[in-house]
Parts: sequence; C-alpha cells; structure tokens
Amino acid sequence: MIELYLLLVLMIVGAIIAIEIQDLLSSVIAVGAVGLVLSITFLILKAPDVAITQLVVEILCLMILIRATLKKDLPFSTTGRWFLNTLIALCFIAMFLMLFAQCVPELPRFGHPIMRVARIYLDQGMLKTGAANIVSSVILDFRAFDTLGEATILFTAVIGVLAIVRRIGRKKEDEKEVEGEE
Amino acid sequence: MTHKESETKGMSLIVKTITRLTVGIIISFGVYIICHGHLSPGGGFAGGVIVALSFIHLMLAYGGEEAFKRLSKRTASLWESAGAIFFLGLALLGFTGGYFFLNFLPKGENFALFSAGIIPLCNLAISIKVGAGLFSIFVALVSLKISAEALKVKLKKGKNQL
Repeated sequence: MIELYLLLVLMIVGAIIAIEIQDLLSSVIAVGAVGLVLSITFLILKAPDVAITQLVVEILCLMILIRATLKKDLPFSTTGRWFLNTLIALCFIAMFLMLFAQCVPELPRFGHPIMRVARIYLDQGMLKTGAANIVSSVILDFRAFDTLGEATILFTAVIGVLAIVRRIGRKKEDEKEVEGEE
Repeated sequence: MTHKESETKGMSLIVKTITRLTVGIIISFGVYIICHGHLSPGGGFAGGVIVALSFIHLMLAYGGEEAFKRLSKRTASLWESAGAIFFLGLALLGFTGGYFFLNFLPKGENFALFSAGIIPLCNLAISIKVGAGLFSIFVALVSLKISAEALKVKLKKGKNQL
C-alpha cells in the first residue's frame, strides 16, 4: 500500500510543477510524468486494461500538445482582481472539502464495492460471453450500450474538430486578397 | 520525389532509420492487442490508438506527405465512418436473435483466438474507428498549424510586394 501513496504524492508534485513552471515544454513534460505515474498506479491496482489505455492516450495527448500547440505564445490573463479571485477559490475549496468530509463515511471501503450487479459479471462473465478477458466481456457485451455511446462521443469529437479547423472558412478578407494577387 | 528531396523533409537521418525499423513492430503490436482483446488486457480502444500512433510516428519522422501516401486524410475519415457503421451494424444484427447487442455468433472454445462470438468483431470495429479518428484529429491540428504559418509567410510576402 505504501508504494501507492508514494505514487500519489509523486503525481501531486508533478501536477504542481506543471502548473507553476515557467517554460511551456517543461510543463508539458511534467504533465506526461503525471500520466505515466497514473498508468503505473493503475497497474498496481491490478487494472492492466486501463493502464495500457492510459499510457497510449497519454502519449498521443503529449504528441498533440507538443506538435500542435507548443510554439504559440499563450498570454497569461493577469487581472488586478487577485484578492477577489483568491477569495472565490478558497470559498470553493472549503465548500468541496466540507462536501467531501460528509461523503467519505458513506463510501464503501477501498476494494470492497457495494455493487451487487457486478458480482454476476465476475462470476459468470466467461460462461455467458466466452471471453477470457473480463473487461472485454463487460464493455462489449454486458455494457455494450455504454461503448456505443462512447464511440458516438468520439465520432462527434472528430467531426467537431474537422469542422472547426478545416482550411476553408478560416480565411479573412485581407488574406483572400493576397491569395488573389498571386 | 527524388532521393535527395526525401532526405530534406522531416527529421534527421537517425530518426528516420529508427522509425523505419520500429514502425512495423509498433503496428503489429497494435494489431496483436486488437486481435487478443477478448483474451488478454488491451482491446479495441488501446489497439486502435497504438495503430494511430504508428502512423503519427511515421508522419513526425518523414513529414506529412510520406504518411498521407499510406493513409490520406480522406481515407482516414472514410475508415472512421466505416468503423462506426460496422459497430452499429453488429449491434443491429443482434435483432436477428432477439435484442440489440445480442451475441448471436457461437461462443466457441474458451481461450481460443476465434471465440466469444461478436466481441472480437466489435473490438475490430472500435479499433478502426478510434485509430482513424485520432489520426485525423492529429492531422487536422497539425495541418492547421502548418497552413496558418504558410498563410503568415504569404501575408508577409504580399505586404512586401505592396
């Protein structure tokens, strides 16, 4: 259990570094370190499926971040209302901590779920679906509707990205004139 | 494209050589993860992302044109839609036996590659969809940046001419 806490502390440290550091590339690398530690955490908690997915998606996200957005100058919004902003942030933190403290006693113990439905999946998953990997049998047989919804979300996301960043429709008036001259 | 021209695009010779050696291994590992999704950890989503990553790897090392020769943007969108329709069609085919997402194929022997009914087919459909979708997102974001830079250069040239 101690290694789990070490990894969690490492993740928090990495996240803080990613926010506080000045250089954008170092910040992206810190985010990548957090993702890697998260993947190892999933592995320790015996969820190799999630660990693999987390790792490859993290790599893809880092590539997109580095390749597509890194060279842009991002202006930091530093308004003069730092006192009000800090006050609001502290209020929200206090509120969420209170809610958290109220919710914690209701939660089941770590590793002891209260879901009754999942027990059937674990006991008879292989008998009912024939798939040796229990995660596959859950996401593609018992809960296939969820997977269909997730696929729809990804499809919509791709369509949205392609529609927003396509080249046609992004030209302003003066840019068109320049192209017309050539 | 002559040999000299192809050397100038993309990254350095070391990166290109390593890419040429590793890209096949990466894509076959992705296909392995997809095909064994119902037997070992992994599955359609992770395998699809790995396949997409192999194309992105190629694109980063050799430049966009070399990757588009193997998988163009239009083909990627077509594959994505085809994967979605494949998955939905598998779900609808369940109505032949009774209800949506029915596992209508025979279960087969446990731990065999061809087992578990429609689950490997669903994995395949999702992997096609996810791989092509993520590749096209990456291409869209990167080509947006390239075209924006080209536009800037063009604008500067145009102003100089004026």
